[in-house]
Amino acid sequence: MKNLNLYNYILTIADNSLILAQRLGELCGHGPNLETDIALTNISLDLLGQTRSYYQYAAKISGEDKTEDDIAFLRIEREYKNCLLVEQPNTHFGHVIGRQFLFDSYHLMLMEKLQDSPDETLAAIAKKGIKEVSYHKRFSSDWVKRLGDGTEESNAKMQEAIDDLWHYTDELFFMTEAEKVLAEDGIGVDISTFKKKYYEEVSEILKEATLSVPENKYFAKGGKEGVHTEYMGYILADLQYMQRTYPNMTW
Amino acid sequence: MVRPYFTLSAPDSCRDEVFLIYKNKLLTETAKIQSHLIPVLKTVSDPEIPVLSVLDLGVIREAIEENGIVKIKLTPTYSGCPAMDVIADDLKAAFSEISKKAEVELVLSPAWSTDWISEEGLQKMEEYGIARPLSESHDKDVLLGEKKMVKCPQCGSTNTHLVSQFGSTACKALFKCDDCQETFDYFKCLK
Repeated sequence: MKNLNLYNYILTIADNSLILAQRLGELCGHGPNLETDIALTNISLDLLGQTRSYYQYAAKISGEDKTEDDIAFLRIEREYKNCLLVEQPNTHFGHVIGRQFLFDSYHLMLMEKLQDSPDETLAAIAKKGIKEVSYHKRFSSDWVKRLGDGTEESNAKMQEAIDDLWHYTDELFFMTEAEKVLAEDGIGVDISTFKKKYYEEVSEILKEATLSVPENKYFAKGGKEGVHTEYMGYILADLQYMQRTYPNMTW
Repeated sequence: MVRPYFTLSAPDSCRDEVFLIYKNKLLTETAKIQSHLIPVLKTVSDPEIPVLSVLDLGVIREAIEENGIVKIKLTPTYSGCPAMDVIADDLKAAFSEISKKAEVELVLSPAWSTDWISEEGLQKMEEYGIARPLSESHDKDVLLGEKKMVKCPQCGSTNTHLVSQFGSTACKALFKCDDCQETFDYFKCLK
């Protein structure tokens, strides 16, 4: 493939949105109350919409006879480039919110940089996405504060979730080969540039939520290079079932 | 703020063709739509807000007939809006009824804004029971629950409060009127 680096770069961003959308989709009809159920599935839908735009672009530049659906449904686990954070399970509402908050904070900073990319398609997707992602972030950070600064139990659960998820945050800033090349070309975002800002901003909100900021020495990584946690296989089994069972099916 | 409007007299620069022009306050975003296509476009509505035509909604960025094929550029309100696929199919179906082939292309840039909804569209929306988007700063105030400014489409009171930042579709938030006790959708400001 001629544009292999660009292709991989698009998937590195898009797969996060796909897998998180799938995770949130699992909550459809199972949210803790009607309003949050609707909110989480709305966020899922936004992410899925962004994913489609990225995959359509990736399919176009692949130079092969590919569609967005092939990219979404017909890859094997090792070919998905999402970070480990987004595949973590909906253990309890604290985890759902914690995962969303840690990802949204990163996602918004990424979109803010990506909108200035000289690649017109990536810039357009990011510009559109920013409006949605800032809304997601408002929702998730509000809930972090509400739960953290809520009852003793909600505080304990929110803290537990943040502690569980914290060691997946460093991977957000791990740069794959494609990301390095694209950042050097000026098309992609050098994500290392906002790592400090990310941790400062996230810590500030956690403090406001009366939560303590974890101090991990070790962090997990691998997802962005296709080495996932055990959850990923189950997510894909759900996600890919229809296309694998009835190839080329459409609604 | 200048709301989008329809102009039915031809601008001097294009005597033969009449364009429907949308303008926002910066006068930078314009949509090019040939006038003879307008009656057909008016028949296609947003499946989730059926009182709004695609023209009212401002999602048609271009509609031009070339060599017998109607080429349409459509922009999504939200990235994942499931109505877009339906609208694209409806557009093709509407033109096929007058034996014309339509090609629909989805364009993302410039990103859609609630400023592109026509004044007529906003009125129809209110009559339908959806509160119209406020300005950007007021929108933030009401969605953070800091001010009461959203007008209940049922009784007109502004004594309303936010129930959920996310409503029945991606573009709406859920509100409740504290006077008439009705819940209603508020169309979120998007800029």
